[in-house]
Amino acid sequence: MKIFFSLVILLLFTGCNQNKEDKTVINFWAIGAEGEKVKLLIPEFEKLNPGIKVRVQQIPWTAAHEKLLTAYVGETLPDVFQIGNTWIPEFASLKTIEPLNNFIDNSNVIDSTNYFAGIWETNIIDSVVYGIPWYVDTRVLFYRKDILENAGYKEPPKTWEELYDLSKKIKALNPTNYSIFLPVNEWLPFILFGMQNGSSLLKNDNTYGNFSGKEFVEAIEYLNNFYREKLAPSDMQQVQNIYQAFEEGYFSMLITGPWNVTEMTNRLSSKMTGKWATAPLPSPNDSYPGFSLAGGASLVVNINSDKKESAWKLIEFLNQKETQITFYRLVSSLPSLKDTWEYEELKSNPHMKAFYAQLLNTKPTPKIPEWEQIVFAKIQNYAEVIASGKSGVKEASINLDSDVNKILEKRRWMLSR
Amino acid sequence: MKLMKKNNIAAFMFFVIPALVTLLTFFFLPVFAAFLLSFTDFDIYSLGDLSNLRFTGFANYLDLFEDPLFWKSLTNTFYFVFAGAPLSILVSLSAALLVNSKLIKWKSTFRVVYFLPVITTLVAVAIVWRYIYHPRFGLFNYFLSFLGLEGMDWLGNPVLAMPSIIILAIWKNFGYNMIIFIAGLQNIPSELYEAADIEGANWWQKFRDVTLPLLAPTTIFITIITMIGYFQLFAEPYIMTQGGPLNSTLSVVLYMYNEGFKWWNIGYATAIAFSLFIIIMTGTLIQLAIQRKLDR
Amino acid sequence: MKRFLIIVLAFVVAITTIFPFLWMISASFMNSGEASIYPPKFLPDEINFSHYSSLFNRMNVGIYFINSLIISLGVTFFSLLFNSMAGYAFAKIRFKFKDSIFRFLLSSMVIPGQVTMLPVFLLLKNMGLINTYFAIIIPGMASVFGIFLIRQYCYSIPDSFIEAAKIDGANDFQIYYKIILPLCKPILVTLGILTFLGTWNDFMWPLIVMTDSSMYTLPVALANLMGEHVQDTELMMAGSAITILPVFILFIFLQKYYISGIMLGGVKE
Repeated sequence: MKIFFSLVILLLFTGCNQNKEDKTVINFWAIGAEGEKVKLLIPEFEKLNPGIKVRVQQIPWTAAHEKLLTAYVGETLPDVFQIGNTWIPEFASLKTIEPLNNFIDNSNVIDSTNYFAGIWETNIIDSVVYGIPWYVDTRVLFYRKDILENAGYKEPPKTWEELYDLSKKIKALNPTNYSIFLPVNEWLPFILFGMQNGSSLLKNDNTYGNFSGKEFVEAIEYLNNFYREKLAPSDMQQVQNIYQAFEEGYFSMLITGPWNVTEMTNRLSSKMTGKWATAPLPSPNDSYPGFSLAGGASLVVNINSDKKESAWKLIEFLNQKETQITFYRLVSSLPSLKDTWEYEELKSNPHMKAFYAQLLNTKPTPKIPEWEQIVFAKIQNYAEVIASGKSGVKEASINLDSDVNKILEKRRWMLSR
Repeated sequence: MKLMKKNNIAAFMFFVIPALVTLLTFFFLPVFAAFLLSFTDFDIYSLGDLSNLRFTGFANYLDLFEDPLFWKSLTNTFYFVFAGAPLSILVSLSAALLVNSKLIKWKSTFRVVYFLPVITTLVAVAIVWRYIYHPRFGLFNYFLSFLGLEGMDWLGNPVLAMPSIIILAIWKNFGYNMIIFIAGLQNIPSELYEAADIEGANWWQKFRDVTLPLLAPTTIFITIITMIGYFQLFAEPYIMTQGGPLNSTLSVVLYMYNEGFKWWNIGYATAIAFSLFIIIMTGTLIQLAIQRKLDR
Repeated sequence: MKRFLIIVLAFVVAITTIFPFLWMISASFMNSGEASIYPPKFLPDEINFSHYSSLFNRMNVGIYFINSLIISLGVTFFSLLFNSMAGYAFAKIRFKFKDSIFRFLLSSMVIPGQVTMLPVFLLLKNMGLINTYFAIIIPGMASVFGIFLIRQYCYSIPDSFIEAAKIDGANDFQIYYKIILPLCKPILVTLGILTFLGTWNDFMWPLIVMTDSSMYTLPVALANLMGEHVQDTELMMAGSAITILPVFILFIFLQKYYISGIMLGGVKE
């Protein structure tokens, strides 16, 4: 009993006494693969800034948003952290991330004109800059060149009409296969096609849902044709491994992000080399390319941090051209600085061209704090319901609006005060 | 006897206060606070600034009533409880009869082996089982192929996902109730079996007329604790399916977690938790009433 | 014949029960990718320790292990102390309202813990304890079930022991420390194991209150690892094995106490 007692006391105290150093220690949370690989850049930063020590922590994407919110509630957010740029309105309205305008004005590294305009824009709320884009992300069309050619398309589809026509032709080649993969358990296809079709998604100063509006319903009906006519698999469990399915020709097109360029290169067998390509998204009208999402991740500073200067230095370091190129080599996430695209590695990769073109044609999603909850708790849910045929498009879009209006009720009340 | 005072308040308090204060601060007070919170729209904005808090009366409960996801989670939880709990009790009872059989050797070894899943970490075994259920490489489908059955996507199919979780839960938990059943079986006087033997009763008759009636109190107790436990389904779907596919494994507690700790809709989440409490209490009261009837 | 069938049946159930563990251990030693082939393999071609070493070297599993250990020991220690004090008082010290207080405590056992989670989180936040060991240890320092178990056990201790000590001039604390605690040793061991394993295996609460990954317990770290390495079957199996192994060992050594504890809680109702 006594041994046990002393053991507990010993452990409790050794656990609480973390070693102290003279250096300024900044905590940095980064997400996903980037979070794992950014650790390799830190020694360089610490060499350049001998007074600063960086503790990096990695959180997985699947739990990132809830972990950050919990840390906000528990007041344990780190000095500097990475967030998805669509979360910026939420964290800004909680007054938890530092406005960076002054830092930017005094910086000779960060300059807004060096970034993709559409992406930079996602970091601004009422002319206040809250985050610096770290890497960018948008979605493009990945397609099988050989199968498209067999279906009579030498070029990737440029309009919705072409995409639909092509899909039917691919289906005719082999009716057991599908043409395009539009995952039913993700919000992305619905939001993407809705936005492309000119839907504002929300209305009245983003206080009401606009999903039963004409543009959005039209887009879903268009998408729904793909599921109904078996041009896209409507059963998610049929596609376990998208790389394998893509290689087998189970589907010939999919809409996805830059990380899959690397994944495809690594996972597809060698006989697939040259048989697949990327292209900007088709458009509902003649203005090719169509819009895609202005995605990506930004770096933000905790408003309560007492080491903001050091945190800013880290952000500057990670936004230097050389660092971004090194980082691209490590994880192949797309650099946020336009200049870096002049470098050989990016320029010579044929699959990346489509991303550059697409990045010049992006649109942000509505900048309101509730957005994350709307897409993950609601859109995703309804997408699954519609694609599985459990509910008609009209009915579902009206229900979706009423669910979204409920989420936005607090926003309306707060704005009215 | 006079040395033990009638009313020794000071000593009583000295020994009880540490536990009592802990329980009051971290259990009873929070239950009360949760009750109050469930009548407000306490959310992430209210955390930052309390002036963003509104008293909303029964609005959260009325919203719950109309919330298809809540009903879905409730249906799923009932499915899990009313299919999972009886099955698991049945398995436990069979295992207890098996291990308790006079014919068997190494009783205690079997008992320990059957008990192993109970003490293991749920997160770890849920991960192991996720791979066992894998549609292409999983061992489950591999074994089924010997029986000539086609492999299925156990966790990816909305119809099969909940049964898959039930199978895991039974495997994980049956040992616990088995032990309690064994204790109950050992409490049955052997004279009763001897008397039945004299009357020439067969195995089934002895089981039906002696074992089952005398195990009734144990069974009621087990049913209550098993149901309370099964109503709180969380880690299995969190790890294995995140509530999907098509919300077919979204449990009430997982829904509460999502609303509360993912989106910080605290008022709404506490209303969900309270609804669960009311359901569990109703279930417990019903079973206690049954027990009282049986006792008579 | 009947005997033979029953023994075979018992073996079949036993193998079904431990099979997932055997496969977990086997797969944890396989080379990367070896567990993702069809038809599946049951044994690794060669024993490969690299997943274990990468868990410790690259993924800091050692830290999570220590976190789990500190938290589980902390909760076990304090809950044994507080519960045994309260259990003794409820059983042996005379006080007019003690039965009504105890009934009030017992009534709480139908309230699911999830009800209190949000308020307790907010409370701990105001105490500045989120993301510390205390966020788990302090709320776990007392449990109604623990008090109940010890109270039941204390009833079996004859009052004459206590009176004899009083005649010798012992005060209440000395009685508790010198007489009750030693006599309660079996139930304390039982409750200790139950609490230790319960805390070690707990997932939801540590998931909520540990916001910083250096504070994660093993189950939370494992779920986190799953988020990034879901396709690395062998690595995940090694992680699961590390999480399960300590409770296995503890259980094998102390299973007698554990099982008797469940019987006590279950039967002496």
